[in-house]
Amino acid sequence: MSSKQRVPAMEGWLTMDEDDPRLIGLKDESSGTFFFPKDVAVSHAPGHAETELKEVQLSNRGRLWSYTTNHYEPPEPYVSPDPFEPYTVAAVELTEERMVILGQLAEGVDPHTLSVGQEMQLVLGTLYEDDENEYVVWKWKPVEA
Amino acid sequence: MGRNDVAILGAGMHPWGKWGRNFVEYGVHAIKQALKDADVDWRDVDFIVGGDTMRNGYPGYVAGATFAKAMGWTGIPMASCYAACATGAQAIEIARTRILAGMCEVAVVVGADTTPKGFLAPNKGERSLDPDWLRFRLLGATNPTYFGLYAQRRMDLYGATELDFARVKAKNSRHGLKNPNARYKKIFTEEEVLESPLVAEPLRLFEICATSDGGAAVVLSSLDYAKKKGVSSPVRISAVSTVSPTFPNTVIDMPEFSTDSAAGIPAPDRSFKDSISHAAYQEAGIGPEDLDLAEVYDLSSALELDWYENIGLCKPGEAEKLLRDGETTLGGRIPVNPSGGLGCFGEAVPAQAIAQVCELVWQLRGEAGDRQVEGAKVGITANQGLFGHGSSVLCSR
Repeated sequence: MSSKQRVPAMEGWLTMDEDDPRLIGLKDESSGTFFFPKDVAVSHAPGHAETELKEVQLSNRGRLWSYTTNHYEPPEPYVSPDPFEPYTVAAVELTEERMVILGQLAEGVDPHTLSVGQEMQLVLGTLYEDDENEYVVWKWKPVEA
Repeated sequence: MGRNDVAILGAGMHPWGKWGRNFVEYGVHAIKQALKDADVDWRDVDFIVGGDTMRNGYPGYVAGATFAKAMGWTGIPMASCYAACATGAQAIEIARTRILAGMCEVAVVVGADTTPKGFLAPNKGERSLDPDWLRFRLLGATNPTYFGLYAQRRMDLYGATELDFARVKAKNSRHGLKNPNARYKKIFTEEEVLESPLVAEPLRLFEICATSDGGAAVVLSSLDYAKKKGVSSPVRISAVSTVSPTFPNTVIDMPEFSTDSAAGIPAPDRSFKDSISHAAYQEAGIGPEDLDLAEVYDLSSALELDWYENIGLCKPGEAEKLLRDGETTLGGRIPVNPSGGLGCFGEAVPAQAIAQVCELVWQLRGEAGDRQVEGAKVGITANQGLFGHGSSVLCSR
């Protein structure tokens, strides 16, 4: 069992609830629009720049928009495991917020079993580790049938 | 043809390749060739606009000035611009609008680059507010990642096959074989493409364009100036589109890792990519059925198929049929990328959109030699760049 601490790779971007993880975004109530990530000065909905933005937890279910497996090690600032292993990036459209969010595929999922349109859920996963910590990021996993 | 026509008097290109020489050399070569083609002396040019390069330090950030100085200061107004892959077209638009405003008669537009090897990587340093940094840090979402997403979607939704993607590369390699400016002048068979290693599955190495050195330039003028020079039938720019997306933009795009939300305001009728050429058709007063050829941004082979649909050659899902029926090959109904496209050139960011227009010029003049599209009268270019950039230039004769 790992003695390392699990900490978020980006502070304040997601809840660290292992069973029901949520991305933390913003909502513009006047237009009903959501934003992720939170680094939004004003609502990006044209004409709504005066609206106050509220912090919200996004839903964590959606449909697979597409997916691809990378076979070449990307440059910095990505921290690759050594030796490099191909990894899959999935694009999932959150059903409620109607926005597509990229994330790596959760460990142990075979990308060749995926197909566009299937239901996916957000889970926590390790982005990389150092001597002290495991850095956690959101990942996508198929919803069990 | 249209109320906004300007003349293209000259076109010039330095061949694309990989030599690591000063980008200014490539740009000057292209300018000199374009001026000679136009029969215009540099000292008669009254405006210059340069497309910037982000990889060559300060001189690259002020490309207009760099090239004005390189050709010899003449005191004329100048401009520099950057719009990612759409840079060259934005530069053309800056010159075109100045000519149409009556504030300039003849302008030089130039873009040139020298580019590093391998993946396009963000600048060094921690930049947690920069989506271009974050997509590498948090996801390892390289540029080919996005191309892979689009390609896989075509397979799952429309039945596109690996062979279709290989076919696009093979087609373009046959086109580019006849292009003296192309970097890769070699035939690739479908088999060779399918044997190349996977990069961003389903895309393979030979299906993803390289990055190259290159330079391209055009000399634009008012129609009056062209007439005074005795050019009876110049190639014209009839439309330029440099539209931005409309909120919400629901197609995931480099370098973002999330789209806008369509939960509140519904997605626009037309996707951003569809809107790019649509604006050009509107301005020129024509439709895709009037086209004789198109130069589109095949950053990946699969992306060329998306472009067939985005520029209205066919409905969504029908691009593979167009390709398989040979309609977009030289000799077919609507040749796409007769130049050989990015598959044969690789990308030289600030020069590429200008290079697309150069190809249209040669095609519309009947000067494209073995690549000639018979009876070409109307052509369109299309491309798209990071952060909401896109462009389309429509030329006619």
